[in-house]
Amino acid sequence: MTKLSAKARERLLYLISPIGLLLLWQILLMLGFGDRRFIPAPTDIAVKFWALTVNGELAEHVGVTLYRVFAGFLAGTIPAVAMGLLMAMFKPVRIFFDPLIAALFPIPKVALMPLLLLAFGFGDASKIALVAIAVFFPVIVNTYVGAANIEKIYWDVAKNYGASQTVLFTRVVFFGALPMIFAGLRIAMAVSFIVLVAAEFVASKNGIGYLIWNSWELLQVDTMFVGIVAVGILGLITSVLMQEVERLAIPWKADV
Amino acid sequence: MTEQRRGAAIDIVALRKEYVSGAGNVVALDDVDLRVAPGEFVCIVGPSGCGKSTLLRILAGLDHQTGGSINVEAGGWAVENAMVFQDSGLFPWMTVEANVRFGLMTRGVPEAEAAERVDAALKLVGLTRFRNHYPHQLSGGMRQRGAIARAFVTNPGMLLMDEPFAALDAQNRAILQSELVRLWEQTGKTVIYVTHSIEEALLLGDRTVVMTAQPGRIKRIIDTPFPHPRDLITLSASPEFGRMKLDIWRVLEDEVQRARAEMEA
Repeated sequence: MTKLSAKARERLLYLISPIGLLLLWQILLMLGFGDRRFIPAPTDIAVKFWALTVNGELAEHVGVTLYRVFAGFLAGTIPAVAMGLLMAMFKPVRIFFDPLIAALFPIPKVALMPLLLLAFGFGDASKIALVAIAVFFPVIVNTYVGAANIEKIYWDVAKNYGASQTVLFTRVVFFGALPMIFAGLRIAMAVSFIVLVAAEFVASKNGIGYLIWNSWELLQVDTMFVGIVAVGILGLITSVLMQEVERLAIPWKADV
Repeated sequence: MTEQRRGAAIDIVALRKEYVSGAGNVVALDDVDLRVAPGEFVCIVGPSGCGKSTLLRILAGLDHQTGGSINVEAGGWAVENAMVFQDSGLFPWMTVEANVRFGLMTRGVPEAEAAERVDAALKLVGLTRFRNHYPHQLSGGMRQRGAIARAFVTNPGMLLMDEPFAALDAQNRAILQSELVRLWEQTGKTVIYVTHSIEEALLLGDRTVVMTAQPGRIKRIIDTPFPHPRDLITLSASPEFGRMKLDIWRVLEDEVQRARAEMEA
């Protein structure tokens, strides 16, 4: 009984901060603090959100952004996982890639945008490439660390029971690293929205980033906020989906 | 598993294993000679760090000797050896069934035959009902049964066991010891069993190899000629068993003391 109410209290506390902040924001504006043309109230944003949803404009930008995120995410994470596993399995591969990763990881990926525009043009490809490059690094590092920390006994078992390199790769190292791979994928998902929206500010004529930037240039502050809220909601949804996929992909951790 | 063929024969001659470590070379095994007859159950006891696990790992192909030779006569057996580790080593991401099948999958055993052999192995260790469970859903004893099934299913010429029951509670250990002896009597496989427990060595083995502390050498080999089939509970309560336990302890005691003195030095 007390335990349940403690949990309920926790939930309440969890909701109180965002709702309270929105309420405070609304009340202050209604009391006349601030100019609603520059700082729209939450209700203004909600009305605009609805209007843009109904006329299909928001869906169009969201669709473009999601396409770029997922295409780039897949293009970046799949090779990152494969190479991270190979680094753990073969020392020469690790020695070869280690300095490259150390040198390239800290470069702000958005700084590559002009280069990518040059290489891939103004269309989707350059944005997809940017996302792919940005997600590649956290995933390869996490995968490698996950695979390298697989307990020695599992390597011993695999060897003693006659596992070929292929079996070792697909049945042992991959699954052993999977929890860490998912940790990397969660970071990668957030990173992909961050770099993509930034890229869409300047290098795109559609997508949520463009919506935000364009409405700033036109001083449509409410539309700008709609874009920001949309990114937040997309981030939340993809993160929940990712958790669900993780739960299904790692059933041996299900009831831990 | 109806075959009554005997297991592999092992001939170890002048085996030596050195490790290069920061403080110079460590000799883990020195001048180890051991002959194991087909179907024999040999236990190895010794103080910690006597190289008994190293010997097993070399036999398992997980490590290489720096000198001497090992000759295994495993003619006719599908697989030379299968190892059972102290910590079951069942892959956490595979069900019990997939774990047991692992050694067949790696060797390309056809699906239908593999399914049949996995069924038989699971039945042998009493895990049929738990075949779709993951290892973390099982008790320690059940995990070790799974590990034993995974070893037996490959039909190896010899079983290499590295303190397989050391982490279990006393009741589970007693049950699994009895079952192991029963399986061994049924299948006639050669078993090399490493343990730190004299009692366990006496209960299970035909012979007990006592090893010295660093460098690991064979100090004495003691026959433990209790008749088969063995009833382990009755056997462990017999006066002869107590006497032999004391004898082996006397042999081992010096080594344990010496190992301790070296650690403290």
